[in-house]
Amino acid sequence: MDMSEEVLQQASPGLIPGSGTARAAKPTRLSPSFISWLQAGPMMLVFLAFFLIPLVFVVIVSFWDYNEYQLLPAFSGRGYTDTFEGCIAQLPDLCTIGKTYLMTLKLCFLVWALTLFIGFWVAYFLAFHVKSKTWQMGLSLLCTIPFWTSNVIRMIAWIPLLGRNGLVNSGLVKTGLIHQPLEWLLFSEFSVVLALVHLFTFFMVVPIFNSMVRIDKSLIEAAYDAGATGFQTLVNVVIPLAKPGIVIGSIFVITIVMGDFITIGVMGGQQIAAAGKIIETRVNALQFPAAAANAVILLAITFLIITMMSRIVDIKKEL
Amino acid sequence: MTETTRTTGVSRRTLLKGTAGLAGLAAGSGAITGFPYVKSADAKVLRYLGTAVNEGDDISKQCLKDTGIKIEYITATTDDVTKRVMTQPNSFDVLDTEYFSLKKLVPSGNILALDAKKIKEFDNITPVFTKGMTPGGKKIGSQGTAPWKVLYLEGKDSKKFATSATEFVTLIPTVYNADTLGIRPDLIKRPISSWSELLNPEFKGKASILNIPSIGIMDAAMVVEATGKHKYADKGNMTKEEIDLTMKVMTEAKKAGQFRAFWKDFNESVNLMASGETVIQSMWSPAVTKVRSMGIACTFQPLKEGYRSWASGFCVSKGVSGQKLDWAYEFVNWFLSGYAGAYLNRQGYYSAVLSTAKAHMEPYEWAYWMEGKPAEKDIKAPDGSLLEKAGAVRDGGSYEDRMGAVACWNAVMDENDYMVRKWNEFIAA
Repeated sequence: MDMSEEVLQQASPGLIPGSGTARAAKPTRLSPSFISWLQAGPMMLVFLAFFLIPLVFVVIVSFWDYNEYQLLPAFSGRGYTDTFEGCIAQLPDLCTIGKTYLMTLKLCFLVWALTLFIGFWVAYFLAFHVKSKTWQMGLSLLCTIPFWTSNVIRMIAWIPLLGRNGLVNSGLVKTGLIHQPLEWLLFSEFSVVLALVHLFTFFMVVPIFNSMVRIDKSLIEAAYDAGATGFQTLVNVVIPLAKPGIVIGSIFVITIVMGDFITIGVMGGQQIAAAGKIIETRVNALQFPAAAANAVILLAITFLIITMMSRIVDIKKEL
Repeated sequence: MTETTRTTGVSRRTLLKGTAGLAGLAAGSGAITGFPYVKSADAKVLRYLGTAVNEGDDISKQCLKDTGIKIEYITATTDDVTKRVMTQPNSFDVLDTEYFSLKKLVPSGNILALDAKKIKEFDNITPVFTKGMTPGGKKIGSQGTAPWKVLYLEGKDSKKFATSATEFVTLIPTVYNADTLGIRPDLIKRPISSWSELLNPEFKGKASILNIPSIGIMDAAMVVEATGKHKYADKGNMTKEEIDLTMKVMTEAKKAGQFRAFWKDFNESVNLMASGETVIQSMWSPAVTKVRSMGIACTFQPLKEGYRSWASGFCVSKGVSGQKLDWAYEFVNWFLSGYAGAYLNRQGYYSAVLSTAKAHMEPYEWAYWMEGKPAEKDIKAPDGSLLEKAGAVRDGGSYEDRMGAVACWNAVMDENDYMVRKWNEFIAA
């Protein structure tokens, strides 16, 4: 998440020289560095006021105590110790938080792998096979169709498709392929992954496509001239140059899936644990410090994953 | 009852925002009190915080017509209503909430009890609230946060519930109902008479329970008790061992694939039932009506172990005083004067003052909704849409039969914190 903010802030200073030189003749000219501060400033303030400061509060509150109806501003590790309750005592069985994160990471990995695979080839098709800019635009807009309705409607609409008496099941039964409706089509890990992939592939397509269209076509021609096969060109030229897009897309998908609990809840029939769900349950029970502690843990794990990914590719350098 | 027609979710982001709001509150609280009210004829406005249950447009329109008070609804889920009272007590005037939240709300000091002497119809309020019995004299189950246990405070600013009647009333009762399991009689094809059927392997993969811990655990306890595994001293206030046992039974059933899905919101429960994904599940009365209005058979099945009941009522924010407090009394008195009561009765809920509601209903409507008699004419919803054809009988029968069979009430347990953790474990299992 914060990577993309950084990217934005990095990008804005690059726009300055043009405007700076235009005013060069005037005596009251503003210094370029002041202008870049002015440009980056609003975003920075928003970021500070609505992300960093609240985040500090969350961390502070996570160490407070609480009772049924209020926060008690006294230092307490209860939010954390409660969260990891039974993690040692229950070994070798996993405790609640362990099971929850294992499930969240599993879903996260599956969704990431699938969106990357599908997104990469969609982007590849758009960048290399679609020649006209208009068509490229038009086709990438098609990818936004899943976002045209609200989250809730979209998810309720899966029932008539995947449900016990849904289109897929009744179709399969009629063709004689199966005799009993398939129960695992809906309210299962399958349906959660399906819904998340269908929603978030778009977040992979856009940054990867963006990286790919900037690949100098002469490089690909050079590889071809040097006798590389299509596969060799893909592995040695296209993928390395599309890496920044892959990493940015991955960050989008991973951060969203790690924190999601609405899609997981509705598509998993509320029977699949999610890290975000624990936070919601705690907040609803007015147990804010416990919720804050869980939020800090989630943030730390997500941050860890993103740090690992940015170790693999230095985004700042690649851009 | 936690009912809403929209899904509210708390993302990590809104959680962050909420915490920022908390910080701001410390500085802003108390800003409203002592504000000089502008005295003019058209300024009678009350901000009304509550769930969607009572917040009909027809009610606010009629209220404006009768009293000149303009009601501004602030609609939220039960959980969010409680959260708002805790964190932003000055953001509303009148609060419409459930009795079980009082264990959290009263100690916070953010709400003000109302004076029974200023409530015209207070003596006519159904004995369900004041004595724990039906007008016909049937004793009502008192497990959980039964309204009569938390109806009175010891003094005006007291944070203690009084054991006998005082003039300081925590919540002036408005609406309540008795909840049970909803079933699809066309798919089950045999009589259902016990809560234990929810875990019957016959309905493997076709059962559901609601994923709101404080209410879900009560339904789970009804089931566990019905299977004969344990008899609770108080389902609404379990010991840690009882919570463990209840969750163990439910976890085993979950692992065996008994549940198709859990639901959290009104529409989810309607969709599960209407699509045939589930055939037996915990449900709310208007959700059953909604499924039925789609032309699909659905019964709000009375069960031999009884109902799980809920009730809500009015109080005001601690920031309300002077003229605004007078308007609040005027509004509450209007609410109990019959129009709103009849409106609620016609939706399948019950009104707190039966006599005034009866005066606002047609005799055939009263006979169907309250006396359990077959409908003489078609039964219509407040908006005029057809609910039942002539000849139909209400599930569970009369007011006496339904309220008289209440076994327990929605509750907040002493071990609430532990219960919530165990519920998360159940979901993760």
